[in-house]
Amino acid sequence: MKPAPFEYIAARSVEEALAALARDEDAKPIAGGQSLVPALNMRLVRPTLLVDLNHAGLDAVEVNGVVRVGAMARQAAVERDARTHPLLREALPYVGHFVTRNRGTVGGSVAHADGSAEIPLCLAALGGTIVAEGPNGRREISPEDFFVTHYLTTLAPGEIVVETTWPLPAAGEGAAFEELALRAGDYALAMVAVVLRRSNGVARDVRVYVAGDRPTALADVAATLDGVGVSAATAREAGELASEAVGPTDSIHASASYLRHLTGTLVERALLRAWERTA
Amino acid sequence: MNEIRVTVNGREVVEDVEPRLLLTDFLRHRLGLTGTHVGCEHGVCGACTVRLDGVSVRACCVLAVQADGSAVETVESLAEDGLLSPLQDAFKRHHALQCGFCTPGILMAADDLLSRGRPSREEIVEMLSGQLCRCTGYAPIVAAIEDACNTLSQGFEAIDG
Repeated sequence: MKPAPFEYIAARSVEEALAALARDEDAKPIAGGQSLVPALNMRLVRPTLLVDLNHAGLDAVEVNGVVRVGAMARQAAVERDARTHPLLREALPYVGHFVTRNRGTVGGSVAHADGSAEIPLCLAALGGTIVAEGPNGRREISPEDFFVTHYLTTLAPGEIVVETTWPLPAAGEGAAFEELALRAGDYALAMVAVVLRRSNGVARDVRVYVAGDRPTALADVAATLDGVGVSAATAREAGELASEAVGPTDSIHASASYLRHLTGTLVERALLRAWERTA
Repeated sequence: MNEIRVTVNGREVVEDVEPRLLLTDFLRHRLGLTGTHVGCEHGVCGACTVRLDGVSVRACCVLAVQADGSAVETVESLAEDGLLSPLQDAFKRHHALQCGFCTPGILMAADDLLSRGRPSREEIVEMLSGQLCRCTGYAPIVAAIEDACNTLSQGFEAIDG
């Protein structure tokens, strides 16, 4: 339960971090460390060099057309920042615990890409982007192109997440996040994010996302509501369709059929709340 | 070895540490501050909660080398001149501990929560979801934190304006 030995560099800038990472193919960047340090302690990972991003100047949150959240912005800070998207602020209290959110970062959660993480799900549902910098420069990546599966992204070796961009709420938009876990802060049994817009009494641009091995769009479910008002009946139908669309597996906590049912219920609730919020 | 300079409970210390040394082990084994407890050592139980530059963190999920240039407060900082803090005093009066293993971490997390203004009962319970106690059933802990809230309420009025 103690990490294996490694070297350590506290990078003072992105350039310093990239230079350090380029030196050693077994180097790892460390952000808030709320997933990486436990993995180090259990020796699930054994990097030869840790490149600390905590002093690399990546913690700013800025608004210019979109909300640009520096990779090292703490989850607790973003949770309290009224400039960030309401969907993200609704989901953040579900991320870990009060104390872990003080240290955990938005960019770290995105780069870690745990399939059951709330922040990647919200980023995908809102159509935000991931901005990465590496040996080949800076690039902006859509969540669809970034998240591959549990703990796997399309970040190249030596490349780090430097910020995520989040759209500002559109006119007439409503969004809602729903999650059920056994206890607050536990891994979710299921979670759902819904974003839609009300236009002339009907829903438009409906996005329904669920967590799986990566954030997953339920496009067929969303399509049933396009051009339709969200009502108790249409939300229920969409929920039933969602429960058929997902493919959970049995776990020690819940059977696959329960998890299907749960996803349907969360989709139904999220649709109704998102719709209410458009008013 | 990396040299670090950390202010721990108001006292500056300079030590050489291996990068892999956890902040928990630095506090306990190097500085003898054994109030910070080590439970799960992977961020789940919260027994090792300390303040790092004012905010509560899991000391088992921070490397000592990362605390270089920072201020750390441990549970030993709460009582002043042998006098329990209002939060500690409320824990004593409400019997909010039995074996006491989780208590330092809960005190430090609750101390952080209370420093941000008056929390709701829901916020207290949500905070405690990250602090494992296997003895008390939590009810006396919630009662003690709420009691400390009331003792500190004059301070909250100042924060709330």
